[in-house]
Amino acid sequence: MRRKAQQEYDVIVVGSGAAGGMCAYVLACSGVKVLMVEAGRDYDPVTETPMFQLPKDAPMRGAGTAEKPFGFYDATVDGGWRVPGEPYSSAEGTDFLWWRARMLGGRTNHWGRISLRMGPYDYAPRSRDGLGFDWPMSYEDVEPYYDKTEMLIGVYGSNEGLENTPDSAPGVLQPPPAPRAEEMLTQKVCAEQLDIPVVPAHLAIMTQRQDADRLSRALWPNNALAQRVTADSMRSRAACFYATPCGRGCSIKANFQSPTVLLPPALATGNLDIITDAMVREVTVDSSGRANGVHYVDKRTRIEEHASARVVVLAASALESARIMLNSKSGAFPDGLANGSGLVGKYIMDTVGAGVGGQIPALENMPPHNADGASAMHLYMPWWLYQEQARGQLDFARGYHIEFGGGRKMPGFGFMGGLAPFTDGAYGQRFKEECRRYYGSFLWFDGRGEMIPNEDCYCEIDPGSVDQWGIPTLRFHWKWSDHELNQARHMQKTFASIIESMGGQVTSTVHDDGARAIARPGQIIHEVGGVIMGDDPNRSVLNQFCQSWEVDNLFVTDGGCFVSNADKNPTLSIMAIAWRASDYIVEQLASRSIG
Amino acid sequence: MSDQPRVSDDTKRALPILGQDGAGVPMDRRQALKVMAIAAAGPTLASCAPGEAPVDATIPAPTSNPKAAGTAWDPDLVAPSVPWERTLSADELASLADLCDVIIPADDRSPSASSVGAHDFIDEWVSAPYEGNERDLVVIRGGLLWLDRESTDRFGDGASLRFRDCSLEQKHAICDDICYEPNAPAGYEAGARFFDRVRYLTSTAFWTTTNGMQDLQYIGNVPLTRWDPPPPEVLRHIGVE
Repeated sequence: MRRKAQQEYDVIVVGSGAAGGMCAYVLACSGVKVLMVEAGRDYDPVTETPMFQLPKDAPMRGAGTAEKPFGFYDATVDGGWRVPGEPYSSAEGTDFLWWRARMLGGRTNHWGRISLRMGPYDYAPRSRDGLGFDWPMSYEDVEPYYDKTEMLIGVYGSNEGLENTPDSAPGVLQPPPAPRAEEMLTQKVCAEQLDIPVVPAHLAIMTQRQDADRLSRALWPNNALAQRVTADSMRSRAACFYATPCGRGCSIKANFQSPTVLLPPALATGNLDIITDAMVREVTVDSSGRANGVHYVDKRTRIEEHASARVVVLAASALESARIMLNSKSGAFPDGLANGSGLVGKYIMDTVGAGVGGQIPALENMPPHNADGASAMHLYMPWWLYQEQARGQLDFARGYHIEFGGGRKMPGFGFMGGLAPFTDGAYGQRFKEECRRYYGSFLWFDGRGEMIPNEDCYCEIDPGSVDQWGIPTLRFHWKWSDHELNQARHMQKTFASIIESMGGQVTSTVHDDGARAIARPGQIIHEVGGVIMGDDPNRSVLNQFCQSWEVDNLFVTDGGCFVSNADKNPTLSIMAIAWRASDYIVEQLASRSIG
Repeated sequence: MSDQPRVSDDTKRALPILGQDGAGVPMDRRQALKVMAIAAAGPTLASCAPGEAPVDATIPAPTSNPKAAGTAWDPDLVAPSVPWERTLSADELASLADLCDVIIPADDRSPSASSVGAHDFIDEWVSAPYEGNERDLVVIRGGLLWLDRESTDRFGDGASLRFRDCSLEQKHAICDDICYEPNAPAGYEAGARFFDRVRYLTSTAFWTTTNGMQDLQYIGNVPLTRWDPPPPEVLRHIGVE
């Protein structure tokens, strides 16, 4: 299956993660012949996931390293902020980190599974505050695709009817798991003292098995093939058994990963072929300037190959797709493919991140109980200060949500490493007793906030560098605005007030300077933009269906098309937008409008 | 590899299925394996709900991953191994083991740190080919010699005295001066940093073992058939009803 079986395909999809997997699934289910080209190796979570393996059996108790930044057992293969043989650079004064995962399914294998919908405000931010850009479509345009995506992948959560925090249609969400002790205490204190809403989080983790018959019919009315492959795939997935971290992957398919949820049904249609270890260098065009395929390097032979198709979909991740376009130079496109606007690589964004830790006496000496849960958070705080922001009471324009956790988790590397200040450096028998007492009493709060796109954040081809595949590499430029820096400062002060309201003690530094509070650009791994969509061909690269204005059979369906980066982690929106674009491709192919 | 055996208090790697009171209902081992086996079998067994799978469909969890390249970027996660050689000498390890036990001694709930291999873990750590670990190698090696020097100066009575040969009272007298840097007397800052690093690594090593997790009464990492709210005694403890 991992090879090209035909001379020509209807559609080439570059990348196999959230966007590529979704496009391949929708297109293949719709009868379109698809070739997927993936730069990393083949990967199967069912047989490769270290379910239940313990830190003590891993090198250095599973501590993170340069090669495995999220720890030894993290699912990421050949990835991280550094990829061997694939460098990138930063301009003077820029400190950008670029995460990649060279594996089938890409970052969907290790991601946080946090699945928050962008809301009505998030699709029209400029109309609200005059900053950034509006999207060329509204929340209502994308809403049906959020419902479909959530039904397909399985998302737990609740409908709370909160401002700009959309409800899902009835029967779409799975029940959220009951909160853990530390989550309940945080919820109580936030409600009673701070007026911060703490509600069930939305995560792409199944708390029950899917109703395969109902869902497959709802997703694919009048399409027997799609119903069959979708229902079969759903029946092969088990519900979460509340053990082992999602970031390792999931051999029982209880959480969403492209290789367990999107690719198996797509392959089962017989309409999808996948080539792995194939690094795309450029999109090729014919004499009329229309895309006709891709050049890729077969990593195993180190020989360049070509694949042909009527339509090319880039879903290689926002920045990799921009890189491919910038490297696709021809007589018709001397500045890179479909880059007449000059905007390819421009307006890249990450998420604003800042965190604070705390020790909570009320959680000390907790009666023993299983606190693992669905590995990720059961509750979170959606942005709650829309009205204050609208009244101009805050010194930043956009919101953030709060992710938090802690409690009696499995001990891992660094366990009780911060105890000395609480115990005046206890050792010996007293240290043992203090560890028992303090176990589970540490919490961490993380803000995830909206960054507003700006002209100082962009990537370009570094003229002096190629990677080990001979492909020119990217150079990054970055500058935060005061909106992001002030927001990061607000995050830390808020978290400190939550911790103090809980009677706790802050264990990390709370900075007055937002530039010291904020995470490094790229560190939150929510990079989007660079191939932005819009209404105006002179001021955007794509239309609202991810279709290039200049090359009508070229699409970019990953986060590159984002024109804003709301505080809602992007993966769910990437999939919903990719599904919508795929429906459009199917229509256009059927009417011979493209290809 | 080092000639020191890797101390492992529990080599079982398959599904640790434990019974427990309170939250959730544990699956039994057979049931959990079935769920994993059904997932592995894919759509051909797709019509079987977990409770319906034939027993002979049960397959063991994978014991290795042939797809992994075996590099640092793509190690075998299913059957992990430590690819680098150990650095510390047998004599250094003996001194380190002694210090580990000063930090975490045996008591009625669990054994001492060295008896579950904390010193061996520290050897693994300081031998790792990373910048921070190489720094720690200097800190640990130098610190062990510093401890011996300090023991000689304080209690040697003119002769050389190893820290590990001191009485427990003598050891505590030294450790009391280096157990917390903000309280350390002038001239003892480096000793305090060394001690803090050994305590950090010893704590990681000890509490991540099965003995350490049992002592803490960590009772997760077991598959459950459902997830329940915290038990009543927990809700009472945090004052949430």
